[in-house]
Amino acid sequence: MRLSGAKALVKSLEDEGVEVIFGIPGGAILPVYDALHDSSIRHILVRHEQCAAHAADGYARASGRVGVCMATSGPGATNLVTGIATAYMDSSPIVAITGQVARHMIGRDAFQEADIIGITTPITKYSFQIQSAEEVPRVVKEAFYLATEGRPAPVLIDFPVDVQREEAEMDFDAKISPHLNKVVKEPHPLQVKRAAEILLNAERPVILAGGGVILSNASEELRALAELLMIPVTVTLMGKGAFPENHPLYIGRIGMHGSAAANKLIMEADVILAVGTRFSDRSTGRFDAFARDATLIHVDIDAAEIGKNIKPEIPIVADAKHALKAIYEAAKELARKRDSSTWLQKVKEVKESLEKTGQNSADELSPKNLIREIRRLLPTDGIVTTGVGRNQMWASLYLEVYHPRTFITSGGLGTMGFGLPAALGAKVAKPNSIVVDIDGDGSFLMTERELATSIAENIPIIAVILNDGWLGMVKYWQDLFYGRRYCATCLKRGIPDFVKLAEAYGANAARPQSLEEFSKAFKEAMSSDRTTVIDVWINPDEPVLPFAPPGRSLAEMIIDLREVRRGGS
Amino acid sequence: MEARRVKKPLHVISFIVENKPGVLFRVAWLIRRRNFNIESISVGPTENANISRMTITLYGDEPTVEQVVKQLRKLVDVLKVSRLDPDNTVIREMALVKVHVPDPAARADLDYYVRAFRGRIVDLSPDAAIVEVTGTPQKIDAFIELMRSFGIKELARTGATALPRSPKE
Repeated sequence: MRLSGAKALVKSLEDEGVEVIFGIPGGAILPVYDALHDSSIRHILVRHEQCAAHAADGYARASGRVGVCMATSGPGATNLVTGIATAYMDSSPIVAITGQVARHMIGRDAFQEADIIGITTPITKYSFQIQSAEEVPRVVKEAFYLATEGRPAPVLIDFPVDVQREEAEMDFDAKISPHLNKVVKEPHPLQVKRAAEILLNAERPVILAGGGVILSNASEELRALAELLMIPVTVTLMGKGAFPENHPLYIGRIGMHGSAAANKLIMEADVILAVGTRFSDRSTGRFDAFARDATLIHVDIDAAEIGKNIKPEIPIVADAKHALKAIYEAAKELARKRDSSTWLQKVKEVKESLEKTGQNSADELSPKNLIREIRRLLPTDGIVTTGVGRNQMWASLYLEVYHPRTFITSGGLGTMGFGLPAALGAKVAKPNSIVVDIDGDGSFLMTERELATSIAENIPIIAVILNDGWLGMVKYWQDLFYGRRYCATCLKRGIPDFVKLAEAYGANAARPQSLEEFSKAFKEAMSSDRTTVIDVWINPDEPVLPFAPPGRSLAEMIIDLREVRRGGS
Repeated sequence: MEARRVKKPLHVISFIVENKPGVLFRVAWLIRRRNFNIESISVGPTENANISRMTITLYGDEPTVEQVVKQLRKLVDVLKVSRLDPDNTVIREMALVKVHVPDPAARADLDYYVRAFRGRIVDLSPDAAIVEVTGTPQKIDAFIELMRSFGIKELARTGATALPRSPKE
């Protein structure tokens, strides 16, 4: 079949099952947009390319399918960068397509030329620059393969405009390069057996589930193994949703702002089975203090993650789903009963004693009350995205999540402004689910313009802004570590008026003054087919607790700030 | 060069890559990104025109070297990575050294050293000579030390390249 490069690209995307592209056109990608005009693929016109990448990312995280974003050359491409980096850090499969100046102009600093391959090499699994039109079908196949195979990641396709116009005989049955397949999915049987033995002999075992459990759709296998051996389960921020949080074996999330019980229990464990986690410093605290005396079994599909930050006794390079299943079967085969009662009794006591500690805000509109109310009203399959900062940590602490892919947050890169565009992407992926962006005022303002996309493209979501008028997390650190010298953190609450701003975009808006008003506004938002912004003014001094300060061990977490202040630090 | 003073073993990593634009960039980027302190890197074509061989040498502890190998394996264009055992590997490097030899006595001394190291004088001018020398990186280091007595005007080293010896039955 003889086609232009642009038409071949669109046909290849259709062949990959792409239903939606988030993007903004421009000169160097116009032939592709022209071809898209005749396609069944829905194009969603965002208002800034960064949000095209975040929306594709949100789409991928909610659905498990590849999200696609597109931009023109130069500034269009560079605007994608934050979104691509966000997806890269959280192992989210997106394919980014960028226009590029014509081949003979590359390297001449042409108008709107950017070396996007050079710029994105550190934040993609791979980047292609298409050199001739006939490569298009194979490159698209390879891009989608690489984005999803093994550890998911962004892949970029840079497409010079003259190649988009060039016609060639297209082979849509082209095969991908065989050397691309490097992934080991099946765990080593001997390691599996050792892992099962160690877990069966453990006195105080804990399973730590990371985002990899969600990415490999291994929640069922995780639950089966935990229940078989009666092992308590904790998650990382990215693993939130991998295990139902109302399950009796769930002990909370670990990390800098993890739950007190989870942080305490993982530091007391004698065996840790860590699955699909890269041991981020935000999860573990000081590396050399984390689980020092525990026997660590580490399952990851990326061999380079094993031993990168923390060295395990039993490394298992495998897909989480395959590994969990194999360990389950090996443990079952050994048919030994594990005496779990002493440890589970201890776990129960720790959970109960720590749940009551800490500070409870007296405010009616406290983040805790608001987020618990959202959970009460939101169906269990509702999806929550977050901004970054205190809003994100409160959401992760107070929002119980029951299903994988229903809690979407920028964990690794910590990208403020992620919440709204990611919510739009999630809503497009799951139009029948209610999608809520729990955000902060600083975070929300970074991508607020996507309200226009939401209204114009009819993608209704609910944004709840926990509005403290500050860059709240930074202010919190200034409170604790910089003697309350608030340099450049006050946003002056009321600028902008988020109710008027939302209305200017054509969205519904409310500013509730009580929890009752909040519930009413939230219920109305859930039944509306239009996006709603709920602006809640919260106490700017609301702490985020527990807190294991940076560079310290999880065991040194602060549970009650009054202790710190009494201690005079 | 700094690493040489630290007493850590020399490691040789040999890997084959697709011979296409951008591969050296990706490898170089990876080394910088992960903060690996390498000693040398060399690249050249192999018997197969589509494939190039790269060789990295570095002084480092075991976890660091393992990370380098694992990270290299992740690169899409990298086909195969091997750690070579220095005791069972032929490692060679070439250096060109331009030295100051203004008088017959200096030239005679130079000739003596060059013979001892099985090098060759490949260029002579009234007050300078270029010497070519090949061998293990350690031998090149030793040769360069000797050349300092003449005054080194310019120096170029290729970095080490290596192949494993064939197994003996």
